[in-house]
Amino acid sequence: MLTFYLRDGLIAEIEKKITEAFEVFDRESNKTVDGREIGCIIRSLGCFPNEAEVQELLAKIEEPDGFVHLENFLRVMTEVLLDRRFQPIPEDVILHAFEALDENKCGYITKEDLVKHLTEEGERFTQEEMEDMLVVALDPETNTLHYRDYRTKLVVDETKIFPFNV
Amino acid sequence: MGSGSSVNVNYKYSLQKSENAFKAAVLIQQWYRRHVARLEMRRRCTWRIFQSIEYSCEQDQIKLHNFFSYLMDQFTPSSSKERDFISRMFISGESYKEAELEKYCDYESIEVPDSYTGPHLSFPLLPDHATALLEAFQQKQQLHARYVLNLLHETRKHLKQLPNISHVSTCYSEEVTVCGDLHGQLDDLFLIFYKNGLPSPSKSYVFNGDFVDRGKQSLEILVILFTFLLIYPKEVHLNRGNHEDHMVNLRYGFTKEVMQKYKVHGKKILRMFQNVFCWLPLATLIDQKVLIIHGGISDTTDLEMLEKIQRDKFISVLRLKKRKESSRKPQIEAVNGESEAGTDAAGNEAAPRLSLQPQSAQAPNTANRLEFSRWLRQTVQEQIDTCRRLMDISESEPEELTYSSVVSLKDVDEPCWTRQEEWKQVLDILWSDPMPQEGCRENKVRGGGCYFGPDVTEKFLDKYSLQFLIRSHECKQEGYEFCHNRKVLTIFSASNYYEIGSNRGAYVKLGPDLIPHFVQYQANKTAHMLTMTQRISRVEESAFRALREKLFAHTSALITAFRSYDGDNTGKITLSNWATAVESVLRLGLPWRMLRPQLVRSTEDGMLEYKSWLDDLAMEQRSQEHIQSSLLEVIYRNRSNLETIFRIIDRDHSGLISFEEFQQTWKLFSSHMNIELTDDGINDLVRSIDFNKDGNIDFNEFLEAFRLVKQRPS
Repeated sequence: MLTFYLRDGLIAEIEKKITEAFEVFDRESNKTVDGREIGCIIRSLGCFPNEAEVQELLAKIEEPDGFVHLENFLRVMTEVLLDRRFQPIPEDVILHAFEALDENKCGYITKEDLVKHLTEEGERFTQEEMEDMLVVALDPETNTLHYRDYRTKLVVDETKIFPFNV
Repeated sequence: MGSGSSVNVNYKYSLQKSENAFKAAVLIQQWYRRHVARLEMRRRCTWRIFQSIEYSCEQDQIKLHNFFSYLMDQFTPSSSKERDFISRMFISGESYKEAELEKYCDYESIEVPDSYTGPHLSFPLLPDHATALLEAFQQKQQLHARYVLNLLHETRKHLKQLPNISHVSTCYSEEVTVCGDLHGQLDDLFLIFYKNGLPSPSKSYVFNGDFVDRGKQSLEILVILFTFLLIYPKEVHLNRGNHEDHMVNLRYGFTKEVMQKYKVHGKKILRMFQNVFCWLPLATLIDQKVLIIHGGISDTTDLEMLEKIQRDKFISVLRLKKRKESSRKPQIEAVNGESEAGTDAAGNEAAPRLSLQPQSAQAPNTANRLEFSRWLRQTVQEQIDTCRRLMDISESEPEELTYSSVVSLKDVDEPCWTRQEEWKQVLDILWSDPMPQEGCRENKVRGGGCYFGPDVTEKFLDKYSLQFLIRSHECKQEGYEFCHNRKVLTIFSASNYYEIGSNRGAYVKLGPDLIPHFVQYQANKTAHMLTMTQRISRVEESAFRALREKLFAHTSALITAFRSYDGDNTGKITLSNWATAVESVLRLGLPWRMLRPQLVRSTEDGMLEYKSWLDDLAMEQRSQEHIQSSLLEVIYRNRSNLETIFRIIDRDHSGLISFEEFQQTWKLFSSHMNIELTDDGINDLVRSIDFNKDGNIDFNEFLEAFRLVKQRPS
């Protein structure tokens, strides 16, 4: 009985969190959001899905007009959070990822290489995403990305805000 | 064997390498996208904070209304001093006839000393004058009061001839530039002129209201705009905004700015501005196809009526409280309150007609409390409604206007009532906001105008064969925003409105094809150099500071709310309950769970020690220890209203009120707020402020002493 009670309380709290995040993007205050913003909402709830995973989720709840209703989102997202899906990528894994792109192991990646990998491989960046990242990430004098520093910088920014705890 | 297998190995190796690279790319992209999503969420939350605080400020006016109601209905003064004091609060400033205005606000007797190094104006104005002014203001010089008054007189003369709705044609000037709210931000105006060029015979401009308040250079903006208006009358068009209204200016900063910059002639200047504002046209029509108004429309907006009304009657345009009676008394009786109208228990009564002569503020010379109260209710009912207009949100019952809505009318001899419909037309134009849902409903957040839906827009455009509407009135992150299926365009020209980096400003250009072209900008060099993260952090900091201040201001209510979740008196509550409690007290509609990490630093096992959290908030606000904390809280919560009341009392705009007036205000306020307040409490409060002279308090200093005057972080 106690576990049921606890679990109910937990679910209620999770649902409130999900609703809050959803409502921030609900422009018309009518409990719907544009499907294209779903990825953003999921991620700001502490999850790290990749694009394929986002699309998979979206496919389950998107209406024909491209919008998503709160009740559907709630249903699906509550499970995601309870199951602790799409866990954060550990810092060292990211470091290794950068290192994998750093052929010469010199601690940095050139702009050209970075652009090539991220816009042509994996779940490709759009032009805009690439430019946005370069603005912050690149060292303007050498046009290279020093990935250790960059990673640390982003991690610090992250932990300031919205640490997610269930 | 040999080469074959080594090729295989090489192949496998490079395959693995590219596989790895692929996987690595996926990871990096995944990680980065998460980071961006977080930023986006932060950005939106910050925006929500600012907006909810801005609009809840406008609800302060409701509280002011309650306070005045309380004074009206329940308070009986115990001394003639108190009576005098209260009556001063309710009797408005003198009204002026046209001729009196000219005489009172004359400028010719004002001499410009040789030591004056600012620009000199002579009339009629020439383009050189405009250039001189622009340069002078860039050098932070001030225009001499004489020239300001002269300019205002000439502006008024010009505006009087203009119709309520200006007509602009793109075939003459080819292109029209429309700018939105500027709110005293001179840098934005300079930026617009720099990017787009100065007004000229080949460059038309429409400025869509809200030139003043909030920013610190409202005066300079008006001087520049009026100057260009007079030099290029065919090309420059100004619309009135809801801030071109002296009652609004009292609260939002323009009055203060003028009095600070013009200590000797400020009052005259303000009086002239008040008059000039009501002569500003209400709307502009481009090619008969695009209507430009400051706020919006309602389902009753009628352009024909708008064209015909006498716009100068609406010196201050805000809501009217409804009247139950329909009978009218032709005239307010003498000050002794011998009105024949009955008084019901609540003090509502038949609406006496407004007395238009400047009132002498004499309360009846009798110690009879009851009669005084009666007098108060009967005689000053009208003037109180001025204040009520600032905050009233009476519910959906239909209103009946049975008397003039405006306190200080200009011309005694004219019929002094305006039909309610006329007044509503103007109110709707200046105060309404579009909403996504269909229909048309009262705008309770602002206390004036309405929310209008896409169906209302559609019908309106159809009725008058228009293509779309341009309006301002609401801050937009990108400086502009379409809604209602691109039929309504909001254009907002004050960049960094909430904080450096909070939003861009924009202006829109229309050619004969009437296709809008936008130009966006942000008037701050530092903003450009910051990265997106830095910009967001900065705006965020500002938003959270404002939010923490608001939380502090509600300490007592919060403690009560927290305790209700802490039945066992452990001093702790869950974070979930924290969020619910905070929303129930502050009612800002914010996503508290998302904001919580910025507001609550330390928790134990998901529980919060609320008392020490509130103590931390208090320390941040650096409260003065010897002041009762509840008193401080009340001040914080009501500072905007207090400031407004002080300014109403401070008739001559000197910035000073006497110690006694201050004491009395506090007494009234605290009894209304049900706060126990000893005389010692007030004395302590006052002793911590410097007295300037003779027991007078510079209330700017007073507000400053409690850090109530917000400084913009540089």
